[in-house]
Amino acid sequence: MAGPISLKVTRRGILAGGAMSAAVSQVALAKGQVETPSAPPPAHQKVRLTVNGRDRELDVDTRVTLLDALREHMKLTGTKKGCDHGQCGACTVMVNGERINSCLSLAVMHDGDEVTTIEGLGTPENLHPMQDAFIEYDGYQCGYCTPGQICSAVAVLEEIKQGVPSHVTQDLSSKMQPTNLEMRERMSGNICRCGAYSNIAEAMAKLAVES
Amino acid sequence: MRSFTYERAKTPQQAAAAVAGTPGGKFIAGGTNLLDLMKLEIETPVHLVDVQDVGLDRIEPTEAGGLRIGALVSNTALSADARVMRDYAVLTRAIQAGASGQLRNKATTGGNLLQRTRCPYFYDTNMPCNKRDPGAGCAAKDGYSRQLGVIGISESCIATYPGDMAVALRVLDAVVETIDADGETRSIPIADFHSLWGDTPHIENVLADGEMITAVTLPRPLGGKHIYHKVRDRRSYAFALVSVAAVIQPDGTGRVAFGGMAPKPWRVAAAEAALPQGAAAVAARAFADAQPTDHNRYKISLAERTLAGVLAEARS
Repeated sequence: MAGPISLKVTRRGILAGGAMSAAVSQVALAKGQVETPSAPPPAHQKVRLTVNGRDRELDVDTRVTLLDALREHMKLTGTKKGCDHGQCGACTVMVNGERINSCLSLAVMHDGDEVTTIEGLGTPENLHPMQDAFIEYDGYQCGYCTPGQICSAVAVLEEIKQGVPSHVTQDLSSKMQPTNLEMRERMSGNICRCGAYSNIAEAMAKLAVES
Repeated sequence: MRSFTYERAKTPQQAAAAVAGTPGGKFIAGGTNLLDLMKLEIETPVHLVDVQDVGLDRIEPTEAGGLRIGALVSNTALSADARVMRDYAVLTRAIQAGASGQLRNKATTGGNLLQRTRCPYFYDTNMPCNKRDPGAGCAAKDGYSRQLGVIGISESCIATYPGDMAVALRVLDAVVETIDADGETRSIPIADFHSLWGDTPHIENVLADGEMITAVTLPRPLGGKHIYHKVRDRRSYAFALVSVAAVIQPDGTGRVAFGGMAPKPWRVAAAEAALPQGAAAVAARAFADAQPTDHNRYKISLAERTLAGVLAEARS
């Protein structure tokens, strides 16, 4: 295996690098590449959406993700930021009934949408059945990924009911089954570093059988 | 993330005109790949044209007996469509082998075709990359290349096309339909849609600036057994090291394309003709011109063995 590329940073190196990248971009332009125009000043836009049944109107920088709009602008901090790149699932919420990674979606793209977060699924006094099942089956340890896991789990049972197949579905022509293997595959977009996976799958299977 | 302005287009042509008329403009549909790259400032659009309101969200039969899939049909909806599961199961299998449930709900048919490579040196902005910064050089060639391409690559770039859906579309001979700012439409066979890197690895497909994908059409069903096998570092939610999409007929003939090997889904007519002779004959022809690195040479034998598994399943 080749050795790692040296990343020693010196002031001279940075200056030389700057001069070189300027020269390189000229070469690239000569080949017909379009130079990207410089970024415009920060732009704001109004967004109206319904979150957990409540109408909200926000004025946000276009760069604000749905996740940051929920956490920083609406103070709904139940939804968590893990990787911020769609790899961990901690930010999972439901939009118009479908689970998505709220970190990979812009708030301005959700004008008119209905968003459900963990705060909208249940309350401490009146838990959602999935929250109840997670408690009963010990589906968490530190709890950081749990809001995303629960939003995802609720949506998974709905997807199975609606006949959405998965990578482990054997027969595409018969009714989708809520098996343990199906739960594991369908929940692979939600990472739990405490490793509560088996208990999460059991909590989901219990609820699937009951409903 | 760099700042940008944002608008929602009402029609496909309006969207195409908005992007064509704005230097640094880009379409956004699901956004799952674009926003990831914008956060890293690998993509730096100055204006985003959101196409979610332009329609194009239905799957309809064509007069030729196939299906026309709107560019904004989500990966989940496409894979779960009863007609697709029955007549084009390799497509359902390929889509469900990729990404996560959350991502498939947002990812669109058009956007999926345009997803960018997962080469780690493309993502690491400390490293030179001809795709990210034309002329800068390629850190991958002498770097950690076990995930990267073995064929159709170039001195400039050894990245792969990362997706699964397009590999299935390649065996199905799908056609990509587009519209431009003037309302001109064209139909591009999937075989011609993605470009080999050559010395311009920043150009990844044949779309012109501001040309928008409106649909993907599938010809009439092929029959046969539809199989997609994907080999990856973990069992779910990972990109392919090697994947095989195949439609195999009862007499042992059929179609096959490979993912994870090249800048585009890799399908070779002469290799496919050897399907009745078995996986070794196919792989020998499909990868005769391979130029692997020491790290990714294993992909050639892995592709052969993955295909052997596919053919065994087809016979069972």
